[in-house]
Amino acid sequence: MNNTEASQPSKRLQKRYKAEKRFKRYCITALLLAISFLVVFFFSLISKGASAFRQAEILTEIAFHEQSRQMPLAAVNEDLRHLVSRGWLRKVPMMLKENPKLMDTVQTYWVVADAEVDQYLKGKPNKLRPRQKKVIERLKDEGRVKLNFNVYFFLNGDSKMPEIAGIKSALVGTIYVLFLTLIFCFPVGVMTAVYLEEFAPDNRFTQAIEVNINNLAAIPSILYGLLGLAIFINTFHVPRSSALAGGLTLGLMTLPVIIISTRTAIRAVPDSIREAALGVGASRWQMVLHHVLPLSFPGILTGTIIGLAQAMGETAPLLIVGMMAFIPDVPGSLTQAATVLPAQIYTWSSSSLRPFEARTAAAILVLLVVLLLMNALAVFLRQKFQRKW
Amino acid sequence: MTASIKMKTRDLDFYYGDFLALKKISISFVANQVTALIGPSGCGKSTYIRCLNRMNDLIPGVKVEGEIALDECDIYSQEMEVIELRRRVGMVFQKPNPFPKSIYENVAYAPRIHGLARKGSEMDELVEGSLQKAGLWDEVGYRLTHPATSLSGGQQQRLCIARALAMEPEVLLMDEPASALDPIATQKIEELIHELKNRLTIIIVTHNMQQAARVSDSTAFFYMGELVEIDGTDKIFTRPEKKQTEEYITGRFG
Ligand SMILES: Nc1ncnc2c1ncn2[C@@H]1O[C@H](COP(=O)(O)OP(=O)(O)OP(=O)(O)O)[C@@H](O)[C@H]1O
Ligand SMILES: [Mg+2]
Repeated sequence: MNNTEASQPSKRLQKRYKAEKRFKRYCITALLLAISFLVVFFFSLISKGASAFRQAEILTEIAFHEQSRQMPLAAVNEDLRHLVSRGWLRKVPMMLKENPKLMDTVQTYWVVADAEVDQYLKGKPNKLRPRQKKVIERLKDEGRVKLNFNVYFFLNGDSKMPEIAGIKSALVGTIYVLFLTLIFCFPVGVMTAVYLEEFAPDNRFTQAIEVNINNLAAIPSILYGLLGLAIFINTFHVPRSSALAGGLTLGLMTLPVIIISTRTAIRAVPDSIREAALGVGASRWQMVLHHVLPLSFPGILTGTIIGLAQAMGETAPLLIVGMMAFIPDVPGSLTQAATVLPAQIYTWSSSSLRPFEARTAAAILVLLVVLLLMNALAVFLRQKFQRKW
Repeated sequence: MTASIKMKTRDLDFYYGDFLALKKISISFVANQVTALIGPSGCGKSTYIRCLNRMNDLIPGVKVEGEIALDECDIYSQEMEVIELRRRVGMVFQKPNPFPKSIYENVAYAPRIHGLARKGSEMDELVEGSLQKAGLWDEVGYRLTHPATSLSGGQQQRLCIARALAMEPEVLLMDEPASALDPIATQKIEELIHELKNRLTIIIVTHNMQQAARVSDSTAFFYMGELVEIDGTDKIFTRPEKKQTEEYITGRFG
């Protein structure tokens, strides 16, 4: 056999080189394909979403008087009535209430324009009538209408009026939910992992638990929603749609992720460290607390952040516990109805109003940026605390 | 002076699962003496000394039969807490395994958890004393806050010795403490053993015949999980009773 191999070495070699080259080409093609998908995805998101970060505003006089308190629309000039946002004008009575001195004065403000005006200025399809367009053009010449940075997108909650709809309530809801998820599943997850790794006897029972935890990490997230509904809402009467219900449900989902990553981190601590600790008479608990946990902490943290990032992008389980609601106001407590960013994105994306399209993309961008930041933090922590022994 | 027995095993059998790793080992360790354990690789030396501070208990599926006693007290009895046992019977491992913490922390750890010294100057003194006993003070005294893992292998091993000494043990188990060290570091450790002898009982595993001859008072030869012969070191190295021992010592083994 060796003889035949030796007799035609070049031919065999050539064949192998060829196969290698072919394989390399396949891999590169796959890589390019994946990259192009990503590029297209980001390009379309940014091109769609970027415009939502700017918002048309009109410089106009607001007349504060008894009539405009009753009917805010009366506060602006007649020709502008349908060009400014009715949502913005709703603030007029509130402003009066806060500052009664404004009564019977006329103030000039940059007022948020109606969504149609916004669309028109951004060169998108709109329902403005020719006469209204003329007014806008006139205002434009006077410099009284322009696209400003859209602070309202970050300062307002959801609204039926696209021009004043923002992500604040969803963002706050997300923070609440993630906070609850964290305080619920971090201690439980870490303790479970520590028990399984350091204390549990290796028997059928613990093996069964291990297998099941690994399986839990892989089951469809919507099932966690059903579980959350059954346990937290139906059994423990946690208010539906509340951040509490959502946080606990996502906690269930994140728990296996944290357990698995904690176990991996704990297992990476060399046994020689454990022997050293036990060898000087530390109890098992001291060994874990003083040596194993501090050494595995970066890994645990990384896993936790990644688990939370996963939870943050999750929609399906929250849908089941009723967090897909229309929430214009920032939830004041953990038991009030709340929504989260992905749910907000879903709500907006299914809206029939065109202006919501850009806002959907913008909200996705915000979500992606936050997720990227979280992942970057995880990578940073891993790099920073990486140690050798 | 009658030699008092610090530690002993009687008819010690040890199983890894079904595998009988130690067969009926009976040794008495005389207080303030150095006993060397020698024998070919895999004969059970490490297994044996790990029995003495119950380190083997951590391995699942092991079984210990027979008697192990420290100061006439069975180490598996109710009166003997395993934590207290491991404080009284310190251990230095074959591979240096300092905690990935500061040098100071490494030495101060055991006294702290056992409440042997109060924080502050008392602890500082204990740390300095232990490092001095381990012959490491001159090299690391000025950088106690440095990570222990930045030390050389020999320094790490002496740090591990200092760490064990800091808890003021009565017996010190050393599993090939010099196997990874250069001759100078080895010599330091041997000198150290000589000094420590006044204070504690030392049991040392070694593959180096000269080392065993230099540091120990008595030597035990293990073969295939059995204790072949134990006697005064001089006698073992000059006129061993058993042929196997002689062959091993003279390198004609196998
Ligand atoms: N954790 C374990 N599980 C099962 N068998 C083991 C285990 N540790 C050691 N053994 C076996 O027990 C026997 C004795 O091992 P031990 O480590 O005590 O040898 P040793 O004399 O220290 O050898 P060396 O000089 O190479 O360190 C060997 O046959 C080894 O294979
Ligand atoms: Mg060994």
